[in-house]
Amino acid sequence: MDVSQYLGVFLDEAHEHLQTLSDQLMVLENDPENEDSINEIFRAAHSLKGMAGTMGYKRMQRLTHDTEDVFSAIRGGQMKVSGGLVDVLFQALDALEAYVDTIQNTSDEGTEDNESIIVELNKILKEGTGGGGEEEKAAPAAEQAAPAEAASEEAAGGDEKALYKSVKLDESQSSTMKDAIVAGKHVYGATVYIDEACLLKAARAFLVFKAIEEFGDIAAVDPSSQDIEDEKFDFNFSMFVVTDESFEKVEAAAKSVSEIVDIVGEEYTESMLGANEAEPAPEPEAVVEEVQPEAVVAAAAPAAKAAPAAKAAPAAKGGAKPAGKPVANRTVRVDIEKLDVLMNLVSELIIAKNSLVSASSNMTSSNSSDNQFNEQIEYLESVTTNLHESVMKVRMVPIESALQKFPRMIRDLEKTLGKKMTLTITGEETELDRTVVDEIGDPLMHLLRNSADHGLETPEVRTQEGKPDVGTIFVNAYQDGNNVIIEVGDDGKGIDVDAVRNKIIERGYASEERAMQMTDKEVVDVLFDPGFSMAKQVTDLSGRGVGLDVVKSKIEALGGDVEVKSKMGEGSTFIIRLPLTLAIIQALMVIVGGEKYAIALGNIQTIEDIPISDIKLVENKEVIQLRGTVIPIVRLSDILDAPSKNDPNANLVIVIVKKGDSLAGLVVDELIGQQEIVIKSLGKYINTGRMISGATILGDGEVALILDSNALI
Amino acid sequence: MAEEKNTQLIEAGTGLPADHKEDIIQYIVIKVGNEQYGIDIKYIDNIVRMQNITRVPKVQSFFKGVINLRGEVIPVMSIRNKMGLEDDEITNKSRIIILKVDPSALIGILVDEVRHVVNIDSENIEKVSHDNKSEAPSYISGVGKVEEGLISLLDLFVIIGEEKGGND
Repeated sequence: MDVSQYLGVFLDEAHEHLQTLSDQLMVLENDPENEDSINEIFRAAHSLKGMAGTMGYKRMQRLTHDTEDVFSAIRGGQMKVSGGLVDVLFQALDALEAYVDTIQNTSDEGTEDNESIIVELNKILKEGTGGGGEEEKAAPAAEQAAPAEAASEEAAGGDEKALYKSVKLDESQSSTMKDAIVAGKHVYGATVYIDEACLLKAARAFLVFKAIEEFGDIAAVDPSSQDIEDEKFDFNFSMFVVTDESFEKVEAAAKSVSEIVDIVGEEYTESMLGANEAEPAPEPEAVVEEVQPEAVVAAAAPAAKAAPAAKAAPAAKGGAKPAGKPVANRTVRVDIEKLDVLMNLVSELIIAKNSLVSASSNMTSSNSSDNQFNEQIEYLESVTTNLHESVMKVRMVPIESALQKFPRMIRDLEKTLGKKMTLTITGEETELDRTVVDEIGDPLMHLLRNSADHGLETPEVRTQEGKPDVGTIFVNAYQDGNNVIIEVGDDGKGIDVDAVRNKIIERGYASEERAMQMTDKEVVDVLFDPGFSMAKQVTDLSGRGVGLDVVKSKIEALGGDVEVKSKMGEGSTFIIRLPLTLAIIQALMVIVGGEKYAIALGNIQTIEDIPISDIKLVENKEVIQLRGTVIPIVRLSDILDAPSKNDPNANLVIVIVKKGDSLAGLVVDELIGQQEIVIKSLGKYINTGRMISGATILGDGEVALILDSNALI
Repeated sequence: MAEEKNTQLIEAGTGLPADHKEDIIQYIVIKVGNEQYGIDIKYIDNIVRMQNITRVPKVQSFFKGVINLRGEVIPVMSIRNKMGLEDDEITNKSRIIILKVDPSALIGILVDEVRHVVNIDSENIEKVSHDNKSEAPSYISGVGKVEEGLISLLDLFVIIGEEKGGND
């Protein structure tokens, strides 16, 4: 079967399941008795195994299978969660992740068997469950002894009893079964009848499942297992069984349960399955999720048979698993490239709209048809703005997906570094453009490692300093106007400014005289400079000379910036500021020296008209006092080399811009007004430094540059 | 904006453009100062008339600024400034040649005049290793012989590349 078309879905879901496994393992490590976690892990591992099997990734399936067995035993209470076990499970998880990565890159799972992990898992399982191996042999023997009478009863049953024929199978179910047929296994459709006097029909149904699961796999049931569990069915149910055994065996197993009056069924071929294939079910995933936890698979691998008793427990426990079927999910997965195309089209539309606006403003609006034209232009303007906002919203995703791997990373760091630390994350629901979320993970990871490696002290030192021995690392994300702020920090020792200053001199980065003159902030900023690393020793984690400078350049490439606040002995915080949107912004258009510039509206606090006499000099820098605050002013005509044509004694038009807590006043010659602009890159050849963040095309076809006010503060 | 089609130029050229022999390379002949230069046609995306160039502050002096080409913002450099000649004098004949040396990043160069297209057989191209000419010989990849005389062939990678400092 060609499964390549499902590869994308497989990868998406595999990542989700692996993340669930990782998250829940972390919970389990701290709370080994947490049943919800165990169930959750079991479910995720099981789904993962099923998916890997369907896609034909045998190695991955085998590893998941063995992992699942361990959880099966834990869930059944045969063994306890221990630190050593969690470590091995994390190894298994890493190996699974490696499979998924390989599949993502090559569409193939590769050739790594991860034998050592499998051996380790089985060892743990053996030790944990104790003597499982003996039962393994006993169980099949018992089954062999089971009465193997019963012959072609299904013929007598007739079609009206063979309700399985009308069961609708969804795609994944039927493909699993087709695969099984291809693999030489038997697939049987069967309908089981329960005595109408039976009081506990759900329990009977489970006993049937349990019995069949001794030697086979229940690929589908109808009604759904959830409904069976809730007793929402008549006195019969249908199922599809995948097994190596004969139908007689299935029949015998079912009839061995008391109050089962009859079972009809037959072997299915591939073509017969086709008849049962449903239209794509509205929520096939939900159905699979619900069914599989009970349908504990006993495949051919010996390890699976190691603890038949372990399987009884999960099946029984299945009755207590969290209910609450998800409401039909009204979402669509869309390729990000399609959204990029849509975004580009919206950009083009806005440029076209801007040129219409500019053309219409040149017309005299004396007659009524012109007025009507202007009305329509205004309408178009509001439609394009709304369209842009909608497209932006579609592209926005919570930053959570970039943060969720960090708890695991901190756990690992805790072990390798021998420090105690906790990670707190707030604001993971803050939304950012998908592209930014995809790119921000690496810089954040670097900062976190930095905090763990260089920021936090060892527990002994912390105790001496009177701090709690467990260090805290935090990630806080929140929205601030047109920006999203991500703070990454720790309560460690902070940056030793004098040590950095000495390093600067020692490495000849700056002369001693210059270094002594540098403010603390300037010194700290040197840390972001390429090639300057503070690490006293090179560790696995950081300190290879690439570090903060890479973080900085990555963040700047995303249109953001990063600064650091640090206090000796109290810790440091890196503050990352990212633009909410990448492509289209509202901007204030201004004129400086006859040239048009755009300033992002989100950064503007107010616009002031200030008499020249109000400008004061502080340390040779021009400032103004505004409502009690002293604000430095920047004459844009000077820094842009665009001599102002205004009367030097006239009042100054000052645009007050903010960046976090700091303000600055930008002196412009003239204001044009607010406009929606599309940000275009200046390309790779032209190097403008930080001051110009891009360019935009105005309604008249002219190019105007966009000033990055954050770089001017 | 006014775009001149390459075909017009080819009509004015000297050779047979349809004949794509491997050893014949087509060059567009441009004039900068008193000198004629050839630019390999395969690197040319487009030739546009002079238009308003938006100055970009604080960049290398040979960058005149940026223009809007079909909705994209394209940097424009002055080949005169790059070669250390006196500043451009914009005339009716001034053109911006849009180069696609890197297909993902277009760049325009401002020239005094675009003359015509020539076909030069690779046999008639002499590679320049060192030259007695005083003006920046490193911008020249070779010299081509045509009926009307010699044409210096521009090394576009050097012209637009950053490795050669220019006269900033």
